[in-house]
Amino acid sequence: MFAIETFNLTKDFNGLRAVNNISIQINQGEIFGLLGPNGAGKTTFISMLCTILKPTSGTAKVNGFDIIKQKDQVRKSIGIVFQDSSLEDRLTARENLEMHAGLYGVPKSERKKRIDEVLELVGLVDRQNEIVRKYSGGMKRRLEIARGLIHYPKVLFLDEPTLGLDPQTREHIWDYIKKLAAREKITILLTTHYMEEADALCNRVAIIDRGEIKVLDTPENLKKSLEGDVITLEVANQTNLEKIKEFEEVKNFHIVDGKIHITVRDGEKFVPKLLSFAEKEGIKVDSINIRRPSLEDVFLHYTGREIRDGEISEKEGLKSFARRRRL
Amino acid sequence: MSEFEAIYWIWWRELKRYVRDKSRVLSSFIQPLLFLIVLGSGFGFVKISNFNYQTFLFPGIVAISLVGISISSGISVIWDREFGFLKEILVAPVSRTSIFIGKALGGCTTALIQGIFILCLSFLFGINLDFLTFFSAIIIMLLISLGLVSVGLIIASLLETIEGFGLIMNFLIMPLMFLSAAFFPLNQAPDWLKTVSLIDPLTYGVDALRQILIKNSFIPFSVDILVLSGFSLIMVLLGGLAFNRQR
Repeated sequence: MFAIETFNLTKDFNGLRAVNNISIQINQGEIFGLLGPNGAGKTTFISMLCTILKPTSGTAKVNGFDIIKQKDQVRKSIGIVFQDSSLEDRLTARENLEMHAGLYGVPKSERKKRIDEVLELVGLVDRQNEIVRKYSGGMKRRLEIARGLIHYPKVLFLDEPTLGLDPQTREHIWDYIKKLAAREKITILLTTHYMEEADALCNRVAIIDRGEIKVLDTPENLKKSLEGDVITLEVANQTNLEKIKEFEEVKNFHIVDGKIHITVRDGEKFVPKLLSFAEKEGIKVDSINIRRPSLEDVFLHYTGREIRDGEISEKEGLKSFARRRRL
Repeated sequence: MSEFEAIYWIWWRELKRYVRDKSRVLSSFIQPLLFLIVLGSGFGFVKISNFNYQTFLFPGIVAISLVGISISSGISVIWDREFGFLKEILVAPVSRTSIFIGKALGGCTTALIQGIFILCLSFLFGINLDFLTFFSAIIIMLLISLGLVSVGLIIASLLETIEGFGLIMNFLIMPLMFLSAAFFPLNQAPDWLKTVSLIDPLTYGVDALRQILIKNSFIPFSVDILVLSGFSLIMVLLGGLAFNRQR
């Protein structure tokens, strides 16, 4: 049995297709990453799996339960960490966990032990009796992860688990996620728009853009699929650039924000060729850079866009969130 | 079994929130006390059916002390939605009806805590609060707050944002209070006011409490009970329905 299996899962919002015909299988015990920019449909996709949203068409099975017909069984068998905090900030950390255990029907005899266990897992034992309002963003996220685990779920959904956290805190959260994956024998489906995050945590990654899965593989294979090197070129004038495509070495060619990204088999040997071509065509090269492909390049390769394109909307999102908070 | 457990935890959380929010606890007592002291003393020269005004006013203040806190505790669902906590409750394997009941009971409990505090001041006005009086007053107060908490919950499930919140508080709570005949004797009010007051369900709560506490009333007690129970029942049913239909 797969932990998660989707069958042509589709969701429309007022005629706009947010998730388009996604069929994937996620194995038990795997950390699976859904990588894509904001608005790619990641949250919509997992909201359907969590039974929060009803699919327009298609269906899915989570832990063998149908997300439309067996909502309650699905809900009992999953843990969810939302993008925005959903803690009760006037309760203490421990009280939040107690309430969750109660709502999910964890047997009374196990509650105390289990709460101690998850608090220990996320390193909040010392602060458990503090009101959540006083917690930092990173602590809140850790507490939410702990809460998501209390009722022994078989699948844990993490929607942008490190969104809005500083880099150091982010790496801490990664450590906790790795630790809990090893200890709880659990399947994790996480969404992210951070390449490093997908790379650091996931066994397999699906790249999602505009509601569709573009490619699905291990991070290593994805990077390998772009066999060769990535050359990034900055030029002063944008004339005759398209001709670069005609070299037989060139496997991939994108221009994003005036920067030219070229994937070639043998980078070191291609650079001299490229430079003499540039001179002949009157292209003035400002800078040139060769490196091994990253997941970022994989994303660019499959979507023709840089993942950062979506970042502006994230900032806007935070701003409007702050506005709402002030009210 | 697990549904009862869920109701308990939702109720427990409402109570914890109330107790922790000291400014809310304090400010919720101030309004009724202000009415009682300022209006009661200011109109000290007035006598209504052989009661001095403060004594006449007292049962009405007990009823009024329930209004703001009941409605706002229902509407607090909007806040829960805004700050995300509602999600945690809505994705739990718990029925919407249980969530509604938990919320409603939580709201009633906090309202009753406040109402009982005011009720206990009755000795200041020479009202004899024996066990039976106390107990029957609480039943009436429970009926009032159950209906009003449900009204709040209905509004919350219809209102998607918090923008209209202030508007509703002013256009609902103030009229409910002032038209309830808590401040004036219904039998001496002009006809138009009498008619409007009889539409306000709170009027029947005020009248019933007045009957219980100072044995003075303008509406038959059985009518009070009937209207109050009917109002609460209908609001609870509508509230439960609205909650189940939400998204």
